Amino acid sequence: MTEVTQKPVEAKLSRLAEFWNSDFVWSFRHSPVAIVALFIVAVLLLAALFAPLIAPHDPFNPATLNLMNGFTPPGEPNAFTQETFLLGTDDQGRDVFSTILYGLRISLFVGISAVVLAMIVGVILGLVAAYVGGWTETLIMRIADVQLTFPAILVAMLIFGIAKGFTPPEYRDEMAIWVLIIAIALSDWVQFARVVRGAALVEKNREYVQAARMIGRSGPAIMMRHILPNILSPVLVIATISLALAIIAEATLSFLGVGAPPTQPSLGTLIRIGQGFLFSGEWWILFFPAVTLLALALSVNLLGDWLRDALNPKLR
Amino acid sequence: MLAYVIRRVFQSIVVLLVVGLVAFSMFRFVGDPIDNMLGQERTQADIDRLRTELGLDQPFPVQYFKFLQGAAQGNFGVSYRQGRPVATIISERAPATLELALVSGFFAITMGIALGVFTAIRRRGIAANVIMTLSLIGVSLPTFLIGILLIYVFSVELDWLPSFGRGETVKIGNWSTGFLTASGLKALILPAITLGLYQMTLIMRLVRSEMLEVLRADYIRFARARGLTDRAVNFHHALKNTLVPVITVTGLQLGSIIAFAIITETVFQWPGVGLLFINAIQFVDIPVMAAYLMLISVMFVTINLIVDLLYYAIDPRLRIDGRTA
Repeated sequence: MTEVTQKPVEAKLSRLAEFWNSDFVWSFRHSPVAIVALFIVAVLLLAALFAPLIAPHDPFNPATLNLMNGFTPPGEPNAFTQETFLLGTDDQGRDVFSTILYGLRISLFVGISAVVLAMIVGVILGLVAAYVGGWTETLIMRIADVQLTFPAILVAMLIFGIAKGFTPPEYRDEMAIWVLIIAIALSDWVQFARVVRGAALVEKNREYVQAARMIGRSGPAIMMRHILPNILSPVLVIATISLALAIIAEATLSFLGVGAPPTQPSLGTLIRIGQGFLFSGEWWILFFPAVTLLALALSVNLLGDWLRDALNPKLR
Repeated sequence: MLAYVIRRVFQSIVVLLVVGLVAFSMFRFVGDPIDNMLGQERTQADIDRLRTELGLDQPFPVQYFKFLQGAAQGNFGVSYRQGRPVATIISERAPATLELALVSGFFAITMGIALGVFTAIRRRGIAANVIMTLSLIGVSLPTFLIGILLIYVFSVELDWLPSFGRGETVKIGNWSTGFLTASGLKALILPAITLGLYQMTLIMRLVRSEMLEVLRADYIRFARARGLTDRAVNFHHALKNTLVPVITVTGLQLGSIIAFAIITETVFQWPGVGLLFINAIQFVDIPVMAAYLMLISVMFVTINLIVDLLYYAIDPRLRIDGRTA
């Protein structure tokens, strides 16, 4: 800890330099797959974030839609209006490129929110299970074991169905996105809880935890401020891989018609709509959302794979 | 041994009771069952009579017990949407799902083992590497996109196979089968591949890695030293010893096939139980949802119980853990 004696600015700079020269960044700079994956994820994230600025049309404003523009093939001028659309239009004359941007927004929002929620629930329950032990631990891990025997997508579907049943009909479309987030999060928290518990059980008996206990720190403080920072790297890996799974789960549920409502179409909803035009030859309505979804899921997955290897000291 | 079995069975029963409670709460608290069953023209007397008839005036635990009793006898009430008993609807739909699951399971196991052995023996060959790369892509594709891709290639472009439905079916008693007609068999191909592909790659990778490990073992070297043919070594000595983990994984995947059938059935409009469940969620048809929930839980809990008990019987190391856990 030599930085402490230097001036704060220099300390900051040397921290940055230290980070830049760390094994972590080195492994990133030497992995072309990780660089490409991060680039794709970054582009898609920015596209989703600035969708209202980038999108040439507002697909959800009926005033700007012209039914005459329906089924315009990508890049060709429409027979009636002579308007050209980069990726074509769907049956209602909506610009496919714009719907994808807005769809991406919803897919990413649902995916990221679900993973964050799953992470919060999983980390807390995992820490409590490891730290408190006893019947609390048995109860939490038993529930986790039981849930793990059911496929996550089925759990999410069941939770979605049950929550939909309990929501009053007039709020169902409005609440669908939130219900979707909760359903995916509750189907996914087990991964976090198991990993956190495993790692925390090891950390729990280390000297620094004993020292913290000796000076009288409370249980929650020890868990959150002492143990948690030391087990963050596996949590980060699980979160990245979970994000890919959550995006695919959301797309699957929306594709099945039990996810995002038609008023807020995600990529899965767009693919569901596009499937209807597969036989009549309007391939672009299906193709472009599907490719976007694949690029997103695959890149996040590859990034997760790289992260797992990079953060695993055994593989260095 | 006995204590472990009893505890494991007890756990399974607790899980089923909890799932039953969730299913029952859906029945009881989502909307008013009386509203759902009686039309607009009803008198207070009608309502009171139906309330007593359905036992809704009794305390909650009694109602719950009655619900479980009914569920155990296959009585899940009447579908809100179709107005027919749920048990009848499910028994009509079950053959479609079971036949699909059977065929895709068969496809997954045979192709998985065959390709797994092939990629292990020809580890450095071009074909094996192509198969391994393709399997990686296949795993990361969502199931519904695989289905759509197959429909596009084989139904839209080539026009070889039907893209939806079961084709013609033959009734044998209460069982409608698609195995006996040409159109029924043709209709099975694409959904079965879609459903089985993920499990196939899983089995393939498992067989491959197990084979690679076994092929390095001493007894394989001795078998070769004895001058046995490659075929005898690969299939009689090596493959046999890789099958134990394959069997357990396959058993555990059985439930997944039924669960993922929901997706496949939606893509191909396959008239099975999964499609029924998706439609039930869309229209909030509570009795059908509750019945499916109970059915799938019983299935999963039973499969897991059997696999756990089998492990216990096979692997003596677990017995020590069983005592302390």
